Amino acid sequence: MTTVATTKPGFFERFFARHRGPLLVSPAILVLVAMNIFPLFWSFGLSFYKYRANRQAEPVFVWFDNYIKILSDPVVWSRFQTTAIFVAISVLFQLIVGFLLAVLFEKQFPGRRVLLMLVLTPMMLSFVAVGAFFRYYYEPTFGLLSQAIKAITGEPFIILQSPAGAIGAIIFADVWMWSPFVMLLVLAGLVSVPKHLYEAAEIDRVSWWRRFRTITFPYIRGLLLLAVLFRTIETFKLFDAVFLITEGGPGTSTETIAVYVYRVAFQYFRTSESAALGYILLFVVVVLTNLYLFFVQRRARET
Amino acid sequence: MPGSSPGHEDRKNTDRAEGRLAMRFRRKREIGRAGLRRSLVATIISLIYFFPVLWIILTAFKTHNDALAVPPIFLFEPTLENFVSVFSRAYSKGAEAIDTGFALFFFNSIFTAGTSVLLALIIGTVAAYGFSRYPLKGNETYMFIILTTRMLPPIIVIIPIFLMFRVTGFSGTYHGLILLYAAFNLPFTIWMMKSFFDELPREVEDAARMDGSSEWHVFFRICLPQVKAGIAATAVFGLILTWNEFLFSLLLSGVNTRTVPVAMAQTIGGDIGVRWGLLAAIETLFLIPVVLVTFLLQNQFLRGVTFGTIKR
Repeated sequence: MTTVATTKPGFFERFFARHRGPLLVSPAILVLVAMNIFPLFWSFGLSFYKYRANRQAEPVFVWFDNYIKILSDPVVWSRFQTTAIFVAISVLFQLIVGFLLAVLFEKQFPGRRVLLMLVLTPMMLSFVAVGAFFRYYYEPTFGLLSQAIKAITGEPFIILQSPAGAIGAIIFADVWMWSPFVMLLVLAGLVSVPKHLYEAAEIDRVSWWRRFRTITFPYIRGLLLLAVLFRTIETFKLFDAVFLITEGGPGTSTETIAVYVYRVAFQYFRTSESAALGYILLFVVVVLTNLYLFFVQRRARET
Repeated sequence: MPGSSPGHEDRKNTDRAEGRLAMRFRRKREIGRAGLRRSLVATIISLIYFFPVLWIILTAFKTHNDALAVPPIFLFEPTLENFVSVFSRAYSKGAEAIDTGFALFFFNSIFTAGTSVLLALIIGTVAAYGFSRYPLKGNETYMFIILTTRMLPPIIVIIPIFLMFRVTGFSGTYHGLILLYAAFNLPFTIWMMKSFFDELPREVEDAARMDGSSEWHVFFRICLPQVKAGIAATAVFGLILTWNEFLFSLLLSGVNTRTVPVAMAQTIGGDIGVRWGLLAAIETLFLIPVVLVTFLLQNQFLRGVTFGTIKR
């Protein structure tokens, strides 16, 4: 090492020294350009053509036809609506369940570490397993959940037959799988509340609700917001659970926008149309990600 | 202390001490009791929450008839036949033999996930160091674009990649899938590792540079050893993400490169109905490594699932 310092730096050393930043990041940028950015540009170009991947016909340039077709298509809007329903209800329940779980695990108690692990396990399952096994639990004759509910109400429980039931069934599985995520974030917030504030509140005999509103909530507000945004982005992409539990049915009542794009691209093979639709989704995600990062940075400044 | 005898003073002191001791005991007992009550409540709720997973594990040890029993059976004679048939090359369905081949699919999952995570880790750690220590013009923008590529619905990228792979002959091959998964893991790796590098105190590095250490030395001997835990956490979360990935593998893996999730989804079809025991056995085996490693990394869990954007 010391001999290097005494010799005159060669061309490569000088080059390295001058462009260290770009050189370090370039391999990563290269891979991302090849596998993400380039495909994105490709599909952007494709979205202005009429092209089907299963035909030999040459692509035809059609300007904004695909976009106009999509934005004026009531089917697309109804898929967006379905997705919005999923996002709204699912994220809301994830927040509620996640928050309650966090309150449960807030204080230390014997066995906390192991129990926390049990609650976190759903997040580590593969989507395929969650989808498949919830279908198994919902199965009307031998499904576990169906049998339990049948035993209580006395009526057969066929949840996946009705549109509302199917939506509820998917949301139930999704909430079960992702509430632990919200729990983790809320837990992080709860731990950061200074203990002396609670002690002061105890001396002043402040009510439970007031204590929550004035002490706890300000500390977890930022993290709750991040949880909402993160889960909104992820639920917006909801694909695997729908694909495996209901395949979009009954009818198309549970077909989210992600499942719809999949169908347009790989079942109807309207390739260029799906590319255009993809770009509309990309716009939504970019806006949400921007918001997310804005709040992450604001939180970093505050702490 | 006028008017008080020394004896009185003594007694008062011991009284107070005893009182304090008794209070501490009482409080400890109260905390203990409250803690136990909390444990009990938490155990019940956690078990209810865990029940669907537990049922998968139980189903893995059931015969086909037990798995479909009405009402559900809680006590049964455990069998290992499902685990055996996961790895036996063929099982008979009537007269014809059907290939399950899950040994191959498990190998594919381990191989593609392992290689791609390693690749992403090498490229990503170097890039994260660059982004952290030698910010480029518009560093924030780069980081934003990188995160967006991870946040966007995979379905957008998959359409052109599907066409790209068809042209280059990459579809159905290991290198295609590995390259794709490496790119899929890269944004996560960069964000995660950058958050770890950002946290390191700069003084040590600067001191080393003052002493004439080369940049290589600073990176390999000073920075990397300090983020060892971060590398482990990043690797594990990358593995979990890749391990459970479904859509890319569904569209781009071939018959011989198929990963476990896709193969698992394909066992669902078929005319004898779903073999729930087999499916449960596959998932149980598939889950064990993930649970084991995350248990060891529990403290890094939050950071892992938020791509390193939230640290505490």
